Amino acid sequence: MKIAISSEGNTLESKVDSRFGRAKYFIIVDSDTGEYKVIDNFAALQGSGAGTKAAQILLDEGIAYVISSNVGPNALEVFQAADINIYKAVNGTIKENIDEFKKGTLEKILMPTNNGHHGE
Amino acid sequence: MSKNKIAVLSGKGGTGKTTISVNLAKTIENSIYVDCDVEEPNGHLFFKPEIEIEKDVNVLIPEINYEKCTLCGECAKACRFGALTKLIKKILVFDHLCHSCGACYEVCPYNAITEIPKKIGTIRIGQSDGIKFIDGKLNIGEASGVPILKEISKEISDCKKNIIIDSPPGTSCSVIHSIEKSDFCLLVTEPTPYGLHDLKLAVELVKEMKIPLGIVINKSGEGDKIIEEYSKEENIEILAKVPFDREYAQAYSKGELLIEIDENLKEIFKGLSARALELINK
Repeated sequence: MKIAISSEGNTLESKVDSRFGRAKYFIIVDSDTGEYKVIDNFAALQGSGAGTKAAQILLDEGIAYVISSNVGPNALEVFQAADINIYKAVNGTIKENIDEFKKGTLEKILMPTNNGHHGE
Repeated sequence: MSKNKIAVLSGKGGTGKTTISVNLAKTIENSIYVDCDVEEPNGHLFFKPEIEIEKDVNVLIPEINYEKCTLCGECAKACRFGALTKLIKKILVFDHLCHSCGACYEVCPYNAITEIPKKIGTIRIGQSDGIKFIDGKLNIGEASGVPILKEISKEISDCKKNIIIDSPPGTSCSVIHSIEKSDFCLLVTEPTPYGLHDLKLAVELVKEMKIPLGIVINKSGEGDKIIEEYSKEENIEILAKVPFDREYAQAYSKGELLIEIDENLKEIFKGLSARALELINK
């Protein structure tokens, strides 16, 4: 089962990037094997539509869950249409968030956390 | 009579582009007033035109035909704006992210995309006491007014009148499209540091576009010196000064034309239009 987390750096010790669409990296952790893969989020460079592009990158990786902090309306619509749940990250590293996720303590994000940035 | 196209712009908002434009249109004979400030067109408040034609302005957005679509995802890859996302069973289309570039339509290997129109605004054409009137209005939340400006441009391309363009503020795409192909640009400013700052940006743009230009100081008074010094340095003529006066502000707030309430202003605008036409045709 693959879990994608928005990340400021490229290791499990990196901090969660609070942005979704414009996160620097995504780290995809396989919860069964503990292996992980780092993805450079090229969607962050988009003028607009970063959220939907980033969501597409993750869908193409076959992820089952997403952990991030600020998810806008467009990305949320993509994940909801794809039946993928998003969880709100807690302050800390990627590894700590994976542990919290496994314990079931992370909250689901059901509403956009902002109204979109309109290319800003 | 030969036609001339005069664009009124300012950089800074609120300097008096519309005030100068409507009064100039009323002063110059055989004129057409064109409101290109499609996000907040308010020239109609002064002219109260009788609208004869109203046209929708549409852009094209993709529609997926699932009888042909194989969900290959090429369209989503091609979209630079993130307006298409490929899911397992369908393609999600985000209308408001679409820039109508047509890339998805071009790349689809299965001809599964149709481009369908989506209304983003309107243009209106009318008359007001002998003056022809055109304005455009962009719907709230739409990304760009440029498609509306292109429609306006088509409407006036064969026009045999003196065209007065009331441009939007700023120096971005919509301003460039508004003032394109003008014979002359009138840069309206106010004698404040803010007015001067944004005037410089507008001058830079107009020079880049190689259009002859002149300055009009609106709300003219004590501070004029900073504009005068700048115009001297840059060798740009100040064509007119419209004084600051409480009575003018009141008339403006009621949607009245300044030249109809004050003889002095009538003369100022006569002088402005004569000088602008002279500079164009010299």
